[in-house]
Amino acid sequence: MNCQMNKLANDDLHAYVDNRLDTTRRAEVEAWLQAHPLDAERVLAYRQQNDMMQALFNPVLKEPLPLQMHPKAQRKHFAQPLRYAAMVGAIVLSGLLGWSLRGIEKSPQQPPVMAMVNRAALAHAVYTPEVLHPVEVSNEQEEQLTKWLSKRLGSNIKAPHLAGAGYELMGGRLLPGNQGPVAQFMYQDSRGLRLTLYISSKMAGKGEAAFRFAQEGKIGVFYWVDEDLGYALSGELAKPELLKVANNVYKELNR
Amino acid sequence: MNEIEALITEQIPRLRRYARALTADRTSADDLVQDTLERAWGKFYMWRRGSDMRAWMFSIMHNTFINHIRKNQVTTVSMDEDALEVPTRATQNDALEMRDLASAIVKLPCEYREVVLLIGLEEMSYEEVAQVLNIPMGTVMSRLSRGRERLRILMAGESAPVLRRVK
Repeated sequence: MNCQMNKLANDDLHAYVDNRLDTTRRAEVEAWLQAHPLDAERVLAYRQQNDMMQALFNPVLKEPLPLQMHPKAQRKHFAQPLRYAAMVGAIVLSGLLGWSLRGIEKSPQQPPVMAMVNRAALAHAVYTPEVLHPVEVSNEQEEQLTKWLSKRLGSNIKAPHLAGAGYELMGGRLLPGNQGPVAQFMYQDSRGLRLTLYISSKMAGKGEAAFRFAQEGKIGVFYWVDEDLGYALSGELAKPELLKVANNVYKELNR
Repeated sequence: MNEIEALITEQIPRLRRYARALTADRTSADDLVQDTLERAWGKFYMWRRGSDMRAWMFSIMHNTFINHIRKNQVTTVSMDEDALEVPTRATQNDALEMRDLASAIVKLPCEYREVVLLIGLEEMSYEEVAQVLNIPMGTVMSRLSRGRERLRILMAGESAPVLRRVK
């Protein structure tokens, strides 16, 4: 008996630490530990290790996901035959329509999303140089602005606050889009550099876009679709910097 | 597809927690998770519907981790201060001990580290760990035993002259 206990003790000791023993075995191990203080000390230390690991690393579970880990951003890695069919289709279609968009990443695109990106970049180029009227409604009337845009777009529209990324909301405007009204919010940093966030509704049912990047001349655009809303963040910024802001926008919107 | 997407996404917080402990460095941890996710998306068709998604994802992470070690992408000794945020309720002493734990964990050989964390942090059963790491049960138990004991010695050795560590 004693000999068998010796042999079993080590695995059982760990199973005891991890609460993996049935009642009978647990009682046996407890009796053993009463008689063997060194083993009891080890059990205590191992249990502390587990508790401390949990205390130290469990907060990671609650951290917001970086945007790149979001499933929509991961979609481009989705390997399935349909994807290639869609890609071929998109290439043929884009050839037919003579699209001249450059800098679009290799994945297949849904035309409505690309149309949105085009218009977003265009609206950015048109309105950001405005000195007197960059926005239709200023940030002083933010509540009215978002209410109005929500009503016109038929969705709950929020203006994300990007102070964390160094950008202040200037205000926004309503614009004509491909499929009805769209919203544009404008932001400015302390150097006067302006970014715009273009929001288009009714994107559902058209397939969801991954978090992607397009370059239109000097203007970089990060765009994605969340629920039924399409978003395009445009700015004359290097891609990594713009990505940082896009991350911020996403986080703020999903608060 | 949405079902698989949801199943994979559900695992991300756990993968991040495990990766953080495995590398003790926020950046290498998230790189590890990112690469794991890319692999998972790339071969999700190999996942058998109804089988355990957590085990599948963690075994992909295990392979990715081994690759990162080979390519030296994983920090094994240096400590990233960010990675060691300590819960605010902890007392000063607890905080120091927890810091020691994180740095002691990365001093363990990778094989031990994985087993100790999958069991202690991820709370997997020994059978699941054997499956995830693709090793026999006996190996799981011996790595667990050696890993925990080494960790205990490291912790005991470190807490004696508490503030001695200079990097």
